[in-house]
Amino acid sequence: MNAAGVPPALLVIGIGNPSRGDDALGPLLIERLEVDAPPDVELLTDFQLQVEYALDLQGRREVVFVDASLEAPAPFTFNPVVAAADASYSSHELSPGAVLHAYEKLFGEPPPAFVLAIRGEAFELGDDLSAAARANLEAALGFIRQRISDTCP
Amino acid sequence: MNLETAAHPETLRRVAIDPISRVEGHGKVTLLLDEEDHVQQVRLHIVEFRGFEKFIQGRPYWEVPVMVQRLCGICPVSHHLAASKALDQIVGAHKLTPTADKLRRLMHYGQILQSHALHFFHLSSPDLLFGFASDVAKRNIVGVAAAYPEVARQGVLLRKYGQEVIRHTAGKRIHGTGSVPGGVNKNLSLVERDELLKDIYQIIGWSRDAVHMARHLFEQNLEEYNAFGRFRAHTLNLIRADGAMDLYHGGLRAREAGNNGDGKTLFDHVDYNHYWEHILEDVKPWSYMKFPFLRALGPEQGWYRVGPLTRVTQCDFIPTPLAERERQEFLAFDGGSATGATLAYHWARMIEMLHAAEAIKELLHDADLQGDELVVKGERQERGIGMIEAPRGTLIHHYRVDENDQVIRANLIVSTTHNNQAMNEAVRQVARQYLDGRKLTEGLLNHIEVAIRAFDPCLSCATHALGKMPLQVELLDAEGREIDRLVRGTCSAGFQPAV
Repeated sequence: MNAAGVPPALLVIGIGNPSRGDDALGPLLIERLEVDAPPDVELLTDFQLQVEYALDLQGRREVVFVDASLEAPAPFTFNPVVAAADASYSSHELSPGAVLHAYEKLFGEPPPAFVLAIRGEAFELGDDLSAAARANLEAALGFIRQRISDTCP
Repeated sequence: MNLETAAHPETLRRVAIDPISRVEGHGKVTLLLDEEDHVQQVRLHIVEFRGFEKFIQGRPYWEVPVMVQRLCGICPVSHHLAASKALDQIVGAHKLTPTADKLRRLMHYGQILQSHALHFFHLSSPDLLFGFASDVAKRNIVGVAAAYPEVARQGVLLRKYGQEVIRHTAGKRIHGTGSVPGGVNKNLSLVERDELLKDIYQIIGWSRDAVHMARHLFEQNLEEYNAFGRFRAHTLNLIRADGAMDLYHGGLRAREAGNNGDGKTLFDHVDYNHYWEHILEDVKPWSYMKFPFLRALGPEQGWYRVGPLTRVTQCDFIPTPLAERERQEFLAFDGGSATGATLAYHWARMIEMLHAAEAIKELLHDADLQGDELVVKGERQERGIGMIEAPRGTLIHHYRVDENDQVIRANLIVSTTHNNQAMNEAVRQVARQYLDGRKLTEGLLNHIEVAIRAFDPCLSCATHALGKMPLQVELLDAEGREIDRLVRGTCSAGFQPAV
C-alpha cells in the first residue's frame, strides 16, 4: 500500500510448495521477480489459495495467479480466469476461479484475473525442480516480465 | 459386529469414497455391502505420507523449523513450533526468555484462530447450516455466503486476522522464520502490536458469536447431533501444571472413557520427553497410517481421541474468562451429553477459537513482547522432543542430531494419526446409523464425510498442482473390478453416487 492506502495495481500470486519438486514453480517465479519488480507490482506466495485471498484482490487493476500444472502444455499457458463455483470450495484449498467467486459474493465484480500455468512433471516431497520445469520457468519468466512492463509501464 | 473386518469380504460389494472432500490430502473410505445393502465392513484409509522423516533426515538441525512448514499447507505454524520446541532441547535451551515464550504463544494462538475459523466456517458450516443431505450444489461456502452473508464475511475476516498475527510474529505470511532453536529471531514492534490491537475486540466478539452459533446448531438438532457417530473413547491432551488448558506447553494427561467426560485419570502431568513409555503405535495391514494407543491398556483397548473436544472437556479450566464461561455452559448442557458427541467437536472448536482470541488480546498488552532478549542456549544434547496442541490435536516432533549437527532420526506423530482409530469408530457408527440396508445416495455418503470432518483431519499434503485432486466414487464388485465411477467435477454439475 502507498501512503494513500492504495494497493499496487498488479498483484502476482505464486502458488506451490517449494519442497515438492515442480510444485515450486509458482514460488520460484515470484522469487525471481522480486529482484527487479517495479513498485506498482505486489508479489505474494503461498502453498495454496484460501478464501481470505479474496481480500488481497481489492483495489487491483489486474491479478495473475501463477501455478504449476500437469495439464498445461509446455512451457506454459496464460489464460483469463473468471469467477466460478467449482468443487474446490469443498477443499482446504481454493482454485483461482473460486477465489474470484468468493470476491464476487463479498465485494462485487472482481478485477480482471489470469492464470499463468507452468508445466510441471514431478511433485514428490523433497524432489528438486525437474530439468523440463526449469526450462519452462525461464520461458514463463520472460513472458511475465514483459506483461508487467506492459501493465505497469 | 465391529465392522472393521468382514467375515467373507470376497462375497461383498465395495464402495469407495476416494478421496474425501473438504479434507486436506488424500483419504478414502471403503464400505463392503452385502446383497441386501447391509454394511459388513467400513474402513477409513489415510494415505499418510511417510516420507516426512526421510525429508528431514540429513538436514542441519537449524533448518528444521523452516523445512517442516513445508509438510503441510494448512498448519505449517504448528510444525514450525513443535520442531522449535524439540530443537530448544538440542541447543540446551530449557527455559526460554519471556519475550521468546510469549512471541511463540502469540504465533500459536494466531494459528489456532485461523485454522479453527477455516474449519468451522468454510469446511463444516455448509453441512451444519443446510443439512448433511441437502442440495450438494449449495453445500459449500459460496452457498453460505449467499444465504448467510454476514456469517461468511466474519469467517473470512477471522481467518485473515489469524494470518496477520502469524505474519507479524513469524516475520512472513508463510514460510516464517520467527521461531528458532532456543527462542525467536524478532520481537513484536509497537507498530505491529497496535495494528493487531486495533481489531482484536471485534475478533473476540465474532468468536463469541461463533460459539453461540455452534451451540444453536447443536440445540436445534439435539437428538441427531447427540447420537451422530457417537462412541466412547479414552482421551489424551497436554495440560498446564495447574490443570488449565494450555495449547502451547504442558504435561500429558490421559483419561479413561467415562460417561460425559468423567473418566478415571490414567496418568497426569507426565513429562512428554518420555512419551514412548506411555504411548505406542500399532500397525494394521490394511492401513498406511499407524494406530497409537496407551501402553498400559494395550492396542485393542488403549486407543484414544485428541483435539478440541478432548481439550475442552479434560482441562480443569480455561484461563480466559469468556471461553471458560462458554466451557462451563458446554459441560452443563443437556446433562453433559455434548461432551461425548462427535459433532460437539465443532462447538468445542469454537470455544477454543474464543480462547485463542482472548489469549491474543492478553499477550498484546504484555510489554515482554517488545523485549530484546530473544535466544538462550545451554549444553548441547543429541535428542530433542517437542510437543504442542495443534489445532487438530496433540503433535509430537522427535529428533536425534549427530555431532555434525545433522538430523539422523526424526519421528513425527501428528494429530490425525492420534485420531486414526477414533475416526474409524465414528465412521463405522455413522454407517450403522444411516447407511445400513439403504440404497446409497450422495447425501447418505456425505454423512460419512461429515463424521470425518468433525475431527478436521489434515493429511499434510500440500501438493495441489492443477489437475491433481480429483474426487471419485468407485463401485467395484467382489473381485475388485470397477462397475461404475463418478468424478466430482463442478458443484453446479452436482455429484451423483455411482450406486
